[in-house]
Amino acid sequence: MSGGRVITLTIDDRDCGAREEQTILEVARENGIFIPTLCHLGGLHPVGACRICIVDVEGIARPQPACVTRPVEGMRVATDSPGLRRQRRLILELMLAEGNHVCSVCVVNGHCELQELALQLGVDHLELPALYPRREVDASHPRFSLDRNRCVLCTRCVRVCSEIEGAHTWDVMGRGLASTVISDLNQPWGEAESCTTCGKCVQVCPTGALFDKGKAPGEMRKRHSFLPLLTAMREEE
Amino acid sequence: MTNKKRIATCWLDGCSGCHMSFLDMDELLLELGDRLELVYSPLVDRKEFPDGVDLALLEGAVSTRDDAAKARLVRSRSRLVAAVGDCAVTGNVPGMRNRLDNGELLELVYGRPGDDQPGPPTVDVPPLLPQCLPLHREIEVDVFLPGCPPPASGFVRLLEAVLEGRDLTELPTLKFG
Ligand code: SF4
Ligand code: SF4
Ligand code: SF4
Repeated sequence: MSGGRVITLTIDDRDCGAREEQTILEVARENGIFIPTLCHLGGLHPVGACRICIVDVEGIARPQPACVTRPVEGMRVATDSPGLRRQRRLILELMLAEGNHVCSVCVVNGHCELQELALQLGVDHLELPALYPRREVDASHPRFSLDRNRCVLCTRCVRVCSEIEGAHTWDVMGRGLASTVISDLNQPWGEAESCTTCGKCVQVCPTGALFDKGKAPGEMRKRHSFLPLLTAMREEE
Repeated sequence: MTNKKRIATCWLDGCSGCHMSFLDMDELLLELGDRLELVYSPLVDRKEFPDGVDLALLEGAVSTRDDAAKARLVRSRSRLVAAVGDCAVTGNVPGMRNRLDNGELLELVYGRPGDDQPGPPTVDVPPLLPQCLPLHREIEVDVFLPGCPPPASGFVRLLEAVLEGRDLTELPTLKFG
């Protein structure tokens, strides 16, 4: 991890040094500045899918996603303000309102990144009316299940399966509210020939959408510490 | 006339778990007892919801016209209303019917009348509203206490904040589910 020009910028009025191939999120973290995230996961390519990590950049009217924005010389970044908090809360509310989140009967209750984010951002109820969509559950795989009611379309599963496992079983189909994750050519997961049953997608999914079969509410804990190790080892090779 | 705060609890479409968690405050309830009075609740013997309530704790979602009427009555007679528990805050388990067809669902549970089965009940229970709603879709809510059920410590913090006249928006959320 070297090379690239050194850039100076300020984040929350603090002078920070960065390399041009880094992202604002990485630089902030290196400097101990916390920016909330959801779709981001170290070891996978950032995609800016969830927009929770938005920050204000001086001179740019709209907030920018920190995970995919590069630092520029002299840039002034603000990671926290009442406006940003309001917008992050609204983004999270939209995610919750367009799915069906019934935490009390969910496999990851108490260990859910989405729940934790809601607590962090202070979303204790939905101002927006919930949509209660009818979404499909896929339990055709012998070991795992997909409950689309809890999917927030972060694409972590898509990325880990393609970038790390090399199987590319998952994809996103449709647009807007009709968007959904699909396996292979929109076949039941159990019939998806590309799946190696490695379980990586289940472990990186931040919600209870992907889970091991046979887990009762609150029993499923995700483990993805393998991911940065895997990517670091591959970079060394 | 005492200067004790007048607290009420009420139960809409929930399972009573939130009330059990309220009782889980154990001896703290006795300590708080010097400063508050439970003026209405499924736990005390009083038929009418009284006037001049300082804080009403509402468990459960709004699933019937009866629930909606109760919620409005409580609102009109209480200074502060708290949505207590995930059912009141989000709809939770009773709200899981919202993505299904009510008629089909009732037939699935009670059978079709005529097929030697009673069919859905028509007397003594109020008919379901088309959708089960979180409390704040029916009435204005001042404070949300999510959790299924909310931990007893959540009730303690809420009651203490009300007794001390503190800003309720400052109360941290402890958990969902
Ligand atoms: S995925 Fe998380 S937020 Fe959604 S129901 Fe499960 S525990 Fe709750
Ligand atoms: S189990 Fe592995 S191969 Fe199968 S879909 Fe998940 S990540 Fe891809
Ligand atoms: S299934 Fe999980 S990992 Fe995949 S997009 Fe949905 S929430 Fe993200």
